Amino acid sequence: MRRRGIIAGIGAGFLGGCAKVSESRTAQSLFDMAEGWHRSSQRFLTGREALATEFDRSHISPFFRGNGSQTVNTPEYRAAAVAGFPDWRLTVTGLVAHPLALTLENIRRLPQRTQVTRHDCVEGWSAIGEWTGPQLSLILRGAQLLPGARFIVFRCADTLNGAPYYESIDMIDAFHPQTIVAHRLNGQALPERNGAPLRLRVERQLGYKHAKYLTGIEAVASLAGIGGGQGGYWEDRGYQWYAGI
Amino acid sequence: MRHALSTRLWHWTNFACLVVLFMSGLNISNAHPRLYWGEWGFSAAQAWLVLPKFPGWSTIPGYYSLASARDWHTAVAWPFAVGLALFWLAILAKGHFKRDIMTRAPEWRWPAIRADLAAHLRLDFDHVGRKYNFLQKLSYGLVLGLLLPGMVITGLGISPGMEPVMRPLLDAVGGRQSMRSLHFIVAWSLVAFLILHVALVLLSNPLRQMRDMITGGERAA
Repeated sequence: MRRRGIIAGIGAGFLGGCAKVSESRTAQSLFDMAEGWHRSSQRFLTGREALATEFDRSHISPFFRGNGSQTVNTPEYRAAAVAGFPDWRLTVTGLVAHPLALTLENIRRLPQRTQVTRHDCVEGWSAIGEWTGPQLSLILRGAQLLPGARFIVFRCADTLNGAPYYESIDMIDAFHPQTIVAHRLNGQALPERNGAPLRLRVERQLGYKHAKYLTGIEAVASLAGIGGGQGGYWEDRGYQWYAGI
Repeated sequence: MRHALSTRLWHWTNFACLVVLFMSGLNISNAHPRLYWGEWGFSAAQAWLVLPKFPGWSTIPGYYSLASARDWHTAVAWPFAVGLALFWLAILAKGHFKRDIMTRAPEWRWPAIRADLAAHLRLDFDHVGRKYNFLQKLSYGLVLGLLLPGMVITGLGISPGMEPVMRPLLDAVGGRQSMRSLHFIVAWSLVAFLILHVALVLLSNPLRQMRDMITGGERAA
């Protein structure tokens, strides 16, 4: 019995060793360095304005599954969803000259971009859908970014495992032509499981960056004081901030 | 068998990279253990293969963590890919590829292939003139030229950030989920190669071969 225990202990120690290594500061700096190399090399090789593939409507997945939060578990959201979100506001705040509070009607009346694109989840699956909404760049120009704004933070109505979801992108992705605030999926109002009434599309990055149930857009100089400081709900839990790989 | 320093350095660092990439890859697979063909897919009904969940002893880290596995995988991809590129430069520049790995027309004639197959089945591994035999050239050529670069290319093919430049290759294989399936298939092909490679080394003077791949082997007279 003792020998089995010792062997089990050595095995557990080896496996624990790998985990311990990844928790070390050296490993974390190397991981951060590698993430930075992916970000700069991808932008260098593909160009800032390069578009993700836009497909023909025939490629649309017959059903667009949800993931993460699939609703907002509050009576206020329930009531709003039933009524068609009449009081929903997308605020635009932070380092902007003209803070905004857009209604869904405001958003629908802006020039729209419709794109049939593929959503790639970090887990590995993909789905193709037709998204419609105004470009984020348009909204940001309306609010007039102040110098010093380096990131756009997205605030969401949902909580996941008790913590509020949020995300962030840099100015390159914020002004990318395919970065839109989507309110329609496949020709209908955005379904609840996909982020009703508003979700972000950031077509050059993985799905967790495409924040759902958007309530606010905030221009900031640094991600440090927000949430856990890593720039997003999943980033605070160990995922990479640049999700192009 | 003599091995240049570049060969020996690359051989072992590549092996170390592949171990980490494969084991972290198994962890990533556990996040969504289904493979699809085409551009998209997400349900079991659409999958061509439903994978098992790989046990903790086979994954890096040893517990399920997509975030941590991706950190390892996307970090070690760099020394793996850069190492492979540098090794290709070395073997092309020094003539190693042309002299030792590239096959020649006469080797492709059936009698020659049959003779080499027969020698392998007899476990007759005396290297004539210290050169690689046909099956060795073929397998090393496939691994160096197809499977290893294939891992890099299919990995880039899965990445949304690379999509604009990868589109022609994506179209060639049918889409992003096809790339993901190929990424898994090529990885397991490398495992198959590893098993064969280790078996053959064990069957043909393993101690001397290991020594040669570490120290470089005896100099020619």
